[in-house]
Amino acid sequence: MGIDLPLIWAIIIGVGLMMYVVMDGFDLGIGILFPFVRDREERDTMINSVAPVWDGNETWLVLGGAAMLAAFPVAYSVILSALYLPLIFMLVGLIWRGVAFEFRFKADEGHKAFWDKAFAWGSYIATFCQGIALGSFINGFKVENGAYSGGLLDWLTPFSVFTGLGLLAAYALLGATWLVMKTEGKLQADMRRIGKPIVLVLFVVIVAVSLWTPLAHEAIARRWFALPNMVFFSPVPILVMLSTIALSGTLANGSHALPFVLTLTLLFLGYTGLAISMWPNIVPPAMSIWDAASPPQSLGFALVGALFIIPFILAYTTWSYYVFRGKVKAGEGYH
Amino acid sequence: MFGLTALELARMQFGFTVSFHIIFPAITIGLASYLVVLEGLWLLKKDEVYRDLYRFWSAIFAVNFAMGVVSGLVMAYEFGTNWSFFSAFAGPITGPLLAYEVLTAFFLEAGFLGVALFGRNKVGPGLHFFATAMVALGTLISATWILASNSWMQTPQGFEIVDGRVVPVDWLKVIFNPSFPYRLAHMTIAAFLSTALFVGAAGAWHLMRGNDNPRVRKMYSMAMWMVLIAAPIQIVVGDAHGLNTLEHQPAKIAAMEGHWRNEPGAGVPLILFGLPDMEKEETRYAIEIPRLGSLVLTHSLDGQFKGLSEFDAKDRPNSLVLFWSFRIMVGLGMLMLLLGVVGLLLRWKRRLFSHRLFLRFATLMGPSGLIALLAGWYTTEIGRQPWVVYGVMRTEDAVSNHSALALSATLVVFVVVYLTVFGLGISYMLKLVGKGPAEGQRHDGASERKTMRPARPLSAAPDDVDPIPG
Repeated sequence: MGIDLPLIWAIIIGVGLMMYVVMDGFDLGIGILFPFVRDREERDTMINSVAPVWDGNETWLVLGGAAMLAAFPVAYSVILSALYLPLIFMLVGLIWRGVAFEFRFKADEGHKAFWDKAFAWGSYIATFCQGIALGSFINGFKVENGAYSGGLLDWLTPFSVFTGLGLLAAYALLGATWLVMKTEGKLQADMRRIGKPIVLVLFVVIVAVSLWTPLAHEAIARRWFALPNMVFFSPVPILVMLSTIALSGTLANGSHALPFVLTLTLLFLGYTGLAISMWPNIVPPAMSIWDAASPPQSLGFALVGALFIIPFILAYTTWSYYVFRGKVKAGEGYH
Repeated sequence: MFGLTALELARMQFGFTVSFHIIFPAITIGLASYLVVLEGLWLLKKDEVYRDLYRFWSAIFAVNFAMGVVSGLVMAYEFGTNWSFFSAFAGPITGPLLAYEVLTAFFLEAGFLGVALFGRNKVGPGLHFFATAMVALGTLISATWILASNSWMQTPQGFEIVDGRVVPVDWLKVIFNPSFPYRLAHMTIAAFLSTALFVGAAGAWHLMRGNDNPRVRKMYSMAMWMVLIAAPIQIVVGDAHGLNTLEHQPAKIAAMEGHWRNEPGAGVPLILFGLPDMEKEETRYAIEIPRLGSLVLTHSLDGQFKGLSEFDAKDRPNSLVLFWSFRIMVGLGMLMLLLGVVGLLLRWKRRLFSHRLFLRFATLMGPSGLIALLAGWYTTEIGRQPWVVYGVMRTEDAVSNHSALALSATLVVFVVVYLTVFGLGISYMLKLVGKGPAEGQRHDGASERKTMRPARPLSAAPDDVDPIPG
């Protein structure tokens, strides 16, 4: 067969995961920022700024899970069983904050504080667990005979805890810059203020991860620092540098949308760096997308549906964001 | 925990999360079709009662739908976290089927749910009806994919095993496997019946409390008609499903009937009550009706079917559990039939809306559909044991290598979070039901919005009802 089905599926899942990180990232970020904003009305505005789109954001997570099982069942089984505890807690965190988000609207005044706390806690737990998962993924998994052979707590390493904290910073920055774009007045000014130190933290995190991974993994070091790769890949760190500087600048100078766009750029660059480090492995350190792929009969069958329906989901998502453009105003009862 | 093995804990965990999940899609399927009927009747008869009922039940539908999505998120990952060897082995078949289910669900949400819930004042009545119908169709297609996947695990075909995993050879055979049509019909009717019983109980409850108005009467009356029609059909379909199971999974039937061995030339009795004992291979304290077992399962008086002792001990599902889960389902089914028939008699005597004992009966029967549905699922799933893919892969070979400690800890977390979250969700839904359908009600603030903005399902539910009880 001339078509490389595993490659197509890897792209679909890779793009889907990126969509998820970007879109659920900023609404998880809203939850992460909650403890830093005490004013009830400002919290309402924060919630309203993601309300119409947040549940669609999680679409990509469900789709990602199902697509992984269909296209790369071995990778799905190895990664998910290796990350058993962090993933279960991530799911519980997501459920918890999702329900808190919805019930916050319905609750009597007296109960609102409870749901606020629940929303923040759930967001922290879900994000931290996702970061842990990311770090463990980079570290790689012990595999024997196509099955996970490591222990229950292999995911718990200094590196994964560091990426867990790093992702909290990344999502917080997405949330803060989203709010800079979507709100006005005091809340927006607060977010500019809060955003600046987070930019610095995130930059340190990116630099640390970029140094830590090649030091710990020889293959990744070779991938990046061999010639001519180093030349091809050099735009990635340079762009990270430039984006960070621009981000600090735009947060200070009064731009509305640029900080968010630059944060997205930063995350996209991080994601690209990750892809360069890992390619073509779907279960690091040694299982490639072709090793883990379903037979072509499965990949082809599922691809028909995916190619037919994903454009609809994309169109709907675009439409949702388009009609929701512009500023969310305080006290605007809409959700 | 409590001396349970890791395998048992993994099964409990999956059973617990999927049991919570299945309740919501079942009501989603039923209510979606109910909404189509309501809107169709409104378009046809222009009677405002139907429109009011549509508004009322669509808010409850929205809450229910949202909880189905949330609880479904866990399911998409649990196959990998808990059943990694199953996923690696059977993923090439169950994965695409699950992916189609997810794609269908999101397609429906993206395309039509928004119009159905929020578009009443924005699109014409014909288009709105079309959107409602598409939502209902979408729920049915979703169910079709999931049941195809589940039925394939029960009666697998259309595949070969290459390098230690399944490879689909013929997708039509995979999807239309022998138990699929029966399971699809049985489950769909179960969803309709559960919803009818729920709606009927809501109506009966309001009538008992003196909240007697045309809307309450209409929904109660429609529900009782539905129970009258669907309960007997379900019994016939269930019987056919049983015969299909006897053909393909005879050990399951033997365990369900507590039937251990055949006497030469004699018909098999039907054991009404008893305690199947897996060790002693007998059903103790059995109260039996001679030859009825033969009649039900072979449709002849002296037909025989395999007893559980005729199967290898390691291939037997747990008879004690199946015997009782099956009887709970059948018993509740009989009560549903009774409810439908007595309802018809009372209707004929013009006492349907006032007979207090019957109203109480109808109220109590509210959760019976869901309980029967769960009991039925326990019967078929525990009856598939010790196989995860029947005759192909054993459950003990499917489970991830987690320790009992890890599984106990996560099980406790699931129980606490699920009971809190879905307990509150269900309590919120019941509060909405308790408010009752109002005339020309305006509590669906969402549809009054001026701008055409996207909204989540739950924003179709009113904001002035606190989910926390009290």
